[in-house]
Amino acid sequence: MSRRKTERLLSLVVCLLSARRYLTAAQIRAAVPGYPDSFDAFKRMFERDKDELRELGIPLETGTNASGDEELGYRISRQAYELPEITLEPDEAAVLGLAARVWRRAELAGAAEGALLKLRAAGIDAEDLTQPGIEPRVQTPEAAFGPLWEAVRDRRPVTFAYRAAGRSAAQQRNLEPWGVVNRRGRWYVAGQDADRGAQRVFRLSRIDGPVRFTGPVGTVVVPPGTDVRAAVRDWDAEPIVPRSCRVRIRSGAGYGLRRHALSIEPDDAEGWDVAELNFTDSGWWSEHLASFGADVVVLEPSDLRDAVIGRLKGVLT
Amino acid sequence: MSAEASPRAARAARAPATATATERLQRLLALVPYVVSRNSAGMAETAAAFGVSERELVDDLNLLWCVELRSPDPYCPIDLSYEGGEIVVSEAEAIGRPLRLGVDEACALLIALRMLADLPSVGDGSALSRTIAKLEAAAGAAAGPAAQIAVQVDGMTAKSTAAAVTEALNRDRRLHLSYYVPGRDEATERDVDPMRLLVVEGRSYLEGWCRRADDVRLFRLDRVLAIEVLDVARDVPAGAEHVDVDRGLFRPSPQDVHVVFELAPAGRWVAEDYPCEQVDELPDGRMRIELRTPDTQWVRRMALRLGEDARLLAPADLVDQVVSDAAQALDYYA
Repeated sequence: MSRRKTERLLSLVVCLLSARRYLTAAQIRAAVPGYPDSFDAFKRMFERDKDELRELGIPLETGTNASGDEELGYRISRQAYELPEITLEPDEAAVLGLAARVWRRAELAGAAEGALLKLRAAGIDAEDLTQPGIEPRVQTPEAAFGPLWEAVRDRRPVTFAYRAAGRSAAQQRNLEPWGVVNRRGRWYVAGQDADRGAQRVFRLSRIDGPVRFTGPVGTVVVPPGTDVRAAVRDWDAEPIVPRSCRVRIRSGAGYGLRRHALSIEPDDAEGWDVAELNFTDSGWWSEHLASFGADVVVLEPSDLRDAVIGRLKGVLT
Repeated sequence: MSAEASPRAARAARAPATATATERLQRLLALVPYVVSRNSAGMAETAAAFGVSERELVDDLNLLWCVELRSPDPYCPIDLSYEGGEIVVSEAEAIGRPLRLGVDEACALLIALRMLADLPSVGDGSALSRTIAKLEAAAGAAAGPAAQIAVQVDGMTAKSTAAAVTEALNRDRRLHLSYYVPGRDEATERDVDPMRLLVVEGRSYLEGWCRRADDVRLFRLDRVLAIEVLDVARDVPAGAEHVDVDRGLFRPSPQDVHVVFELAPAGRWVAEDYPCEQVDELPDGRMRIELRTPDTQWVRRMALRLGEDARLLAPADLVDQVVSDAAQALDYYA
């Protein structure tokens, strides 16, 4: 069955690509073998075939040959169908081969393979292993990636349940998505939050359950000049007002702090050094200092000192 | 319309033997131009390029050759032969050129190419920008949405570090690293025979044979404190196995300790940032996670960092250790 269907679809494509004029359904039925005899059964099958060709990206056009014609006809414009001429130098083909491997086993793996197949068909030899020393990957473990990419691509609004950092319950959010960005290995979606009337960024791993489309294709308008990379970068950027602190570090320990210290001097007490360090996010910084346990003691400022004491007491409760 | 995650990736992984009619149609529409653009093509090489067996390829070629249109007069639009293992298409009719790139296809490649542009080690960069320009031109409107999706790779790695790794790989040289191990909070010195440069989860890693551990190790480039290309040929043992990047970088081993945390809502990020074996939701947004690690020092530091946002439940000896760590630290503030 499948082979006959492939033959029929292939014949249909060749027939419509060769046609100089729009062909009516009856003309197509006469030319393409494999359709059933009953006209109703033919119509149903032809409708499905048209949908499947369009899903493959084949530009099937409808129209009439003359303004007086009543019946719609079909054709495939060769110009719209054909991949334009493209040739690549060997170094260009090498980076293309590398790029095609990036999505391996991730969401767009099939698309990347499909693209490579067409480019090979255009005469390009994208070597698979020209740069064996480098292996770049992007992963898409989040179930929300697929539907959000489709929403961004097709400009459709979406809704999903979202559990913000530190929140105990998920909240339903409505978003006009502008773009999807991977930063430090994590996926984010940026867009206009319809309920809050403001730009928001969401982390895909915190989306709880399915992402659903809430409007038709083409209804989301991305404001001109929007830089989704910058939107995601700014979202979790720390306020850049560095403060400085002084800490005691046990000799031979705290290497992770010593790397970044502005100054380190031996302490009056034997076995300790005193270091001066800059920090920006005091919450994160107090957690970081607490993680060194008894190897690091905060001297000042006092709010940082209290925060670290609070962290450590939290372990004991 | 269903809004669930699309099965594209799963479909791509399926064996050609079970390919649907439309998947096979895509292959046939690429097969003819593949041969036409090369004037002729060998059977074995073509089968490999399309990921099919030679028998399947013969079946594809026969199917193409058998295409017949009946109107106005019956004719066979495609003529080809594959005598002597060499495919020649003498009549390709209208399908002599491949179909245009779809939006997903164009975007998958363009996003990946732009990601590579972030890596200091990929060529001189000019091949990348030339390829991006050519692909954009060929893809036309299909390339549009690629601007709406981006993958950023760490900007933390010093250019000199990446350059040294690339140089060692290209010149087959051993590297000396001064490397920071955060779990143990120490700087280590080691000689490494480089194998590959990996980019995974937005970070660059050197994969190499560590002569100190006598095993394959991954080194995060942003944790390299100093690096030197040695005047010694790299010598990777024949049995050294590559890390399977697609299965994740963390490979649990039987010697690992089994760690259980209960996380408050403010500690949930741990489950996002570290690979867990088991994640169970508890009431009020709390969460119970189980993971394996060879590094008990990491567990102690994580428990101290989390404070009241988490409770370490296992292993028991580490629970006691963490309590004593915190008590000792608090003594200095008394």
